[in-house]
Amino acid sequence: MSTNEEAEGRPLASYRTLDIAVAIFFLVVCAIVVVDSLRIGISWKANEGPQPGLFPFYMAMAMGIASLVNLYKALPHSDEGAETAVNSVGLGRMAAIFVPAVIFVLATHFIGIYVSATIYIGAFMVFFGKFPLWKAATVSLGIAIVNFLMFEVWFLVPLPKGPLEAALGY
Amino acid sequence: MDELNALMGGFAVALSFYHIMLMVIGITLGVIIGVLPGLGGANGVAILLPLTFTMAPTSAIILLTSIYWGALFGGAITSILFNIPGEPWSVATTFDGHPMAQNGKADEALVGAFTSSFVGAIFAVALITFLAPVVAKFALKFGPAEFFAVQFLTFASFIGMGRGSAFKTVASMCLGFALASVGLDNVTGTLRMTFGQDELLNGFKFLVAVIGLFGIGEILSSMEDGLKFNGAAAKLRMDAVIRTWKQLPRMWATFLRSCIVGCWMGITPGGATPASFMGYGIAKRLSKKGNNFGKGELEGVVAPETAAHAAGTAALLPMLTLGIPGSPTAAVLLGGLLIWGLQPGPLLFVEQPDFVWGLIASMYLGNVVGLVMVLTCVPFFAAILRVPFSIIAPAIVFICAVGAFTVNNAMFDVWLMLAFGVLGYLFNKLRYPLPPLVLAMVLGDQAESSFRQAMLVSQGNVGVFWSNWLCGGIMTLGLVMAFWPALTALKAKLAGNGPVPRAA
Amino acid sequence: MVRRGMSKIQGVAAALAASACLASPALAQGWEPVKPVTLIIPAGTGGGADQMARFIQGVVQKHNLMKQPLIVINKGGGAGAEGFLEMKASANDPHKIAITLSNLFTTPLGTGSPFNWKDMKPVAMLALDQFVLWVNSETPYKTAKDYVEAVKAGTDRQFKMGGTGSKQEDQIVTAAVELQTDGKKFTYVPYAGGGQVAVQLVGKHVDSTVNNPIEAVAQWRAGQLRPLCIFDAKRSTYTAKVTDKEAWGDIPTCKESGLPVEYQMLRGIFTTKNATPAQVAFYVDLMKKIVATPEWHEFMEKGAFNQTFLSGADYEKWVTEAQSLHADLMKKAGFLATQ
Repeated sequence: MSTNEEAEGRPLASYRTLDIAVAIFFLVVCAIVVVDSLRIGISWKANEGPQPGLFPFYMAMAMGIASLVNLYKALPHSDEGAETAVNSVGLGRMAAIFVPAVIFVLATHFIGIYVSATIYIGAFMVFFGKFPLWKAATVSLGIAIVNFLMFEVWFLVPLPKGPLEAALGY
Repeated sequence: MDELNALMGGFAVALSFYHIMLMVIGITLGVIIGVLPGLGGANGVAILLPLTFTMAPTSAIILLTSIYWGALFGGAITSILFNIPGEPWSVATTFDGHPMAQNGKADEALVGAFTSSFVGAIFAVALITFLAPVVAKFALKFGPAEFFAVQFLTFASFIGMGRGSAFKTVASMCLGFALASVGLDNVTGTLRMTFGQDELLNGFKFLVAVIGLFGIGEILSSMEDGLKFNGAAAKLRMDAVIRTWKQLPRMWATFLRSCIVGCWMGITPGGATPASFMGYGIAKRLSKKGNNFGKGELEGVVAPETAAHAAGTAALLPMLTLGIPGSPTAAVLLGGLLIWGLQPGPLLFVEQPDFVWGLIASMYLGNVVGLVMVLTCVPFFAAILRVPFSIIAPAIVFICAVGAFTVNNAMFDVWLMLAFGVLGYLFNKLRYPLPPLVLAMVLGDQAESSFRQAMLVSQGNVGVFWSNWLCGGIMTLGLVMAFWPALTALKAKLAGNGPVPRAA
Repeated sequence: MVRRGMSKIQGVAAALAASACLASPALAQGWEPVKPVTLIIPAGTGGGADQMARFIQGVVQKHNLMKQPLIVINKGGGAGAEGFLEMKASANDPHKIAITLSNLFTTPLGTGSPFNWKDMKPVAMLALDQFVLWVNSETPYKTAKDYVEAVKAGTDRQFKMGGTGSKQEDQIVTAAVELQTDGKKFTYVPYAGGGQVAVQLVGKHVDSTVNNPIEAVAQWRAGQLRPLCIFDAKRSTYTAKVTDKEAWGDIPTCKESGLPVEYQMLRGIFTTKNATPAQVAFYVDLMKKIVATPEWHEFMEKGAFNQTFLSGADYEKWVTEAQSLHADLMKKAGFLATQ
């Protein structure tokens, strides 16, 4: 796995780091659930059975204990744990789809899902697929229009729309 | 033999050129609906409902149920090709279906999935044909305690089957339970873990989590490995159907088990989603190739698909005989029945025999027509993987966003989906198993409600779960299933030099 | 026919105007939806509200009462809060209407969910849904009096009442019945939907229910359930035979059977808060057309509804009174949100 490190870029995080981070994430979730369960009651009521907080409370407890074990297992340095989990090239590639995805979702709030999807798909094709602009524009427009027809016109499922659709009467 | 005569009468009604055309149209629409995670079967059926007012009730229901079959078939396609379950019951299909596609066997996985869907559905229809009255009575035996027992059994049959760390499995499963409990508590009407946020009142919806964890998580992993999908370069061969069918007969035991599990869950009404998980879990435990499950084993596609479809079909039975819809789609069909002047309930079979038997006959025919149609299209579906990754990746993100949005019509869910995507990627990387999380999310809420309803009924006495043979039997079976890994380990130990249990 | 022709021409005009994206003042005399109208059901599938909403959808489409399609969606999460909050959040979108049941009042009171009926604009009351006390037909109770005596004679919480949801109409009716049982309480078991409740009673997992007529009529006709009394001031006016022997009108009122409890549930339509009078008028008109169809009459009879149509100020007054009635009932039963 770790043979071609040079080719795969600078290491960013080891499995150990990630394991610790995820275990801590679990512990935070556990704390939130426990606090709220205590608020709504975790006891066994006569004639009624458990109160609403009982199940989440014990589930959170089990999760907390398991995560502590996971944390404890992850803490000591080991060869396995020191292996690179994420490197700069991999992260860069993931960012290449994820960061635009975040922008795409953000843009949906303002210009509607169809327009922002057209830009998202088109831009991705041009920058990462090295497609010529006209091909990217055709494909992305095509996908958006097919989906528009499918959802808005045929199946009448309303999706977020922006000023362009409004101008077209939708 | 009355049933056979009645069924023949039904075929006489259903078998006309006009009705076959309706089936073809319905199934085509259904497959499209099943492929797109944003469109549920309920949408498609609801939108076509008005069109059917000019038809006879039998023709109308043939068209609408064909959409239902189509959607059931279609759900498997995206699960196998892109790891995105188009419908909740296709989640278990991704476990082995997607690895098969990555190994270049997408066509085999698709053929396997479609064929087993067909087998499951036909088995369930046969059950409806001959045992409807008996089965309807059986469903009445299910009170809260029995529901909980079934849900417990589903968990138990699935637990401890993952490879990797047991503690990671527990953490993952409990996270699923915690997520399921967010929102309004059904039993007391208390708000849980909403912290004054209106968006959280709805809780975390299963489909949003699944689209993020599986779909977006998979895209991230694929991107990290390079700009491609594994298996994209597989050659397209036209003999996929024959090649796959040759492998299927030796899986007869898996088929049979999944059919039984599916019918049972469909009638009780546990639903298609738990049925698919249970089918997968049992097959993994009992199959000779169980250890390879999760790496791309055809049997791992067959087991959940058969169970899901048997359940999806059997779920129509409580709708017809008891008037309880087993799924949102069934609920819309129920509304249709009312508008056509048919009152679902115990008397439907007596008062409207032409309609009921026409419907049952159309179930047979619809599935045959559907199977032929989807099998012919397998090479086309598999060819989707050859579309350049830089087109398919953003298009998948778009489709996922649409799917997440339509669950509640809320942008909040789209953001949630992205967050679940990151979580899914991390879980994959660190070998936290996703199936327990997903199953806990589906069943957590229901299981908790049933448990507390049972406690209300029994005044807090846990003995209620062993108060009759049905409930006690299922619970005991569940306990056996839950401790199965421990039992096998013990047996191996007693035998002396047994292999190290795989849970280690 | 003439009227239909007219409306078609108007429709073409509207479509043309919309597609040419002219904000045309020519249509000022009346408002019509320019995109599909969403009908929100703040309840799950299969219940009374769900059946009625899907029926309305069918009638609208069958008789072509609206040019734009009507889309029905269930938003039953959080005891209906999901649906109502969506209505509240889309105050400026007149293309959304909601069908309500009693959870319009009970959910905000019982859970503290941040909305009340004033966050929406009342359109029309379509009908009032009845509640009937049901028992399994294999039990010996022939009248409400028999059953109440049995409850009184039993131990506390011995009898199980099944119902839809928690701290909602079914449990409120149950609490009201409990006032007449010498302090003996029911064990109230909440289920997800009315259809399921009826089946649970057939399977004898509970002792009685207060299902709406339409939720249990199929089981009554099949001889599996027996109605004891109806929670209304007067007997039902429907006299056509439903079973071999009985009609809805043959069911005695609870009051005449010695159980002085009355409760009925609103089946009404609301639209979003900032809807203009013209928009409300459109929906009132639409509802009037629906109520006039023969299918609607048949549906009302099948479900033994109390057919009272109200709109405008009368409707608003009714809703205001119902709000305070529920606040009062729930306070007495101890169902108010504690936060």
